[in-house]
Amino acid sequence: MRELLLRLEAKAKEIRRYIVLMTAAAGSGHPGGSLSAADIVTALYFGVMRIDPKRPDDPNRDRFVLSKGHAAPLLYAALAERGFFPQRELMTLRKLGSRLQGHPDMRKLPGVEMSTGSLGQGLSAANGMALAGRLDGRDYRVYVLLGDGEIQEGQVWEAAMAATHYKLDSVTAFLDYNGLQIDGPVEEVMSLGRVADKWRAFGWHVIEIDGHDFVAILDAVREAKETKGKPTMVIARTIKGKGVSFMEHQVDWHGKAPKAEQASQALVELRRNFS
Amino acid sequence: MPEKIATREAYGRALVELGAENRDVVVLDADLAKSTKTIEFKKRFPERFFDFGVAEQNMMGTAAGLAAAGKVPFCSTFAVFASGRAFDQIRQSIAYTRLNVKICATHAGITVGEDGSSHQSVEDIALMRALPDMTVFVPADAVETVCAVRAAVAISGPVYIRLGRAPVPVLHGEDFVFHPGKAVLIKQGSDAAIIGTGIMVAPALDAAEILGQEGIKVRVLDVHTIKPLDVDAVVQAAQETGAVVTAEEHSIIGGLGSAVAEVLGENHPVPLKRVGIRDTFGESGKPAELLEKYGLTAQHLASAVKQVLNRKK
Ligand SMILES: Cc1ncc(C[n+]2csc(CCOP(=O)(O)OP(=O)(O)O)c2C)c(N)n1
Ligand SMILES: [Mg+2]
Repeated sequence: MRELLLRLEAKAKEIRRYIVLMTAAAGSGHPGGSLSAADIVTALYFGVMRIDPKRPDDPNRDRFVLSKGHAAPLLYAALAERGFFPQRELMTLRKLGSRLQGHPDMRKLPGVEMSTGSLGQGLSAANGMALAGRLDGRDYRVYVLLGDGEIQEGQVWEAAMAATHYKLDSVTAFLDYNGLQIDGPVEEVMSLGRVADKWRAFGWHVIEIDGHDFVAILDAVREAKETKGKPTMVIARTIKGKGVSFMEHQVDWHGKAPKAEQASQALVELRRNFS
Repeated sequence: MPEKIATREAYGRALVELGAENRDVVVLDADLAKSTKTIEFKKRFPERFFDFGVAEQNMMGTAAGLAAAGKVPFCSTFAVFASGRAFDQIRQSIAYTRLNVKICATHAGITVGEDGSSHQSVEDIALMRALPDMTVFVPADAVETVCAVRAAVAISGPVYIRLGRAPVPVLHGEDFVFHPGKAVLIKQGSDAAIIGTGIMVAPALDAAEILGQEGIKVRVLDVHTIKPLDVDAVVQAAQETGAVVTAEEHSIIGGLGSAVAEVLGENHPVPLKRVGIRDTFGESGKPAELLEKYGLTAQHLASAVKQVLNRKK
């Protein structure tokens, strides 16, 4: 376990460094929400999911749907680290002809399970994958990451209802509960109220954790696997911009790339922290 | 009088046949299974039928996930909700991803009747046609419907099939062969051409009959595939007749009339009249009353042909 935790910490640091490098090189992109979910996604790709980068189409693979598609830099960094494509390709993010589109494109890049970017659609897709898995008698699991602003979309609640109705216990959702969206704090823009109660009322098993605590993330995944007959929502308290001091808790770093100087400061910090 | 069957009825039956042949076919509906006729599939294959309740966006999104995992989902609801309420889900999760989802939208057009404009889709062809990689079928009768449903399965990628509520004449026989993307030259003629789609093909034939009695020879082209459009057949009709009328139970903006105008404008301009819903919403009434009021009868088509013939001179 200790070894795994050390490995996850090292990977998360590497992935955060790539997020900074990629967005800086692209001159645009979404570092804040990529950094906030970095530990969750690292845990999934390096400690949880049954995937083989050599067989991205294996019908038995676990699936991850990045419903908050703007965190594409995070997904790309994780996929490259996991061996789905060469790391050097990360620097082509958002460039003409690149497989690394501004938002994930499943037809361009291996390992991307669903094209996303229009918020609110990923949970429906995840449910569909889970339904297909059940029909085919496969035991794969489906993970999906949602933003806290994103769940203002009505479709999310349609999908939440359906996942319970169809008893999709192979679905585990993570809410990146960083408290910020574009126009400001979620509570000011459109408050979510008692969000855990809302998911519970929709019939989900709800686990509340610190989204930067690997032990908690892994425990939550285990608890989700043991939960039968209903889907699980892991509400993960996170810090938007986590790991880069000047980005943390800052609304403005939602969709803005660091300048060269800021990037190098961030990289220095990301060397110091966690190590 | 030929037998009349609504295309949605034919769809319901075709689904059951398909379900027996192909275990990957799954059917999704949004609380309209009795109306869209997916209930027939539900009765036979309950384990492969999924109702999503009144939640069209989630239905489309879930279909995308099912397709991504190898299933062949058929999604049904009324055309107005399929294309309108769930447009972004179709665009983002189905078309852009080129996923193998078949959207079979019933109750298209004003022949929905008494439910009125909120339920009468007059812009769905325009919306679906604008999406890259989307195939758009508008069957004219029960036979074409069955063929279109089967063709949809053979196509790997998103397909939109536009179906109607009201019974319409069966135009084709058992021996009919359906080639996706190929228009059917249903009646030969050299003076003018009516290029029709969906339930307007039957009145187009009637119009040709009426005009034939006056010695005017009208060609009738049945365009069951709006996208990809049979450009060759459309251009040929213009070249060989020199005057074209389009006929659709849809807005003249963005539908078949627009598609034909685009093709002729770029290739072979001739006098053209688009018969369709003239940039207005529908209203309540009996289907036949509405077709009359909105100018979608054989008589209207016949006078449209005379207009283009006058301009030809
Ligand atoms: C349907 C839709 N509307 C608007 C946007 C633009 N947009 C991109 S990110 C975002 C805010 C998302 O906030 P949140 O889900 O909290 O993301 P995070 O904080 O995790 O980055 C918005 C409105 C979008 N991508 N999709
Ligand atoms: Mg947020």
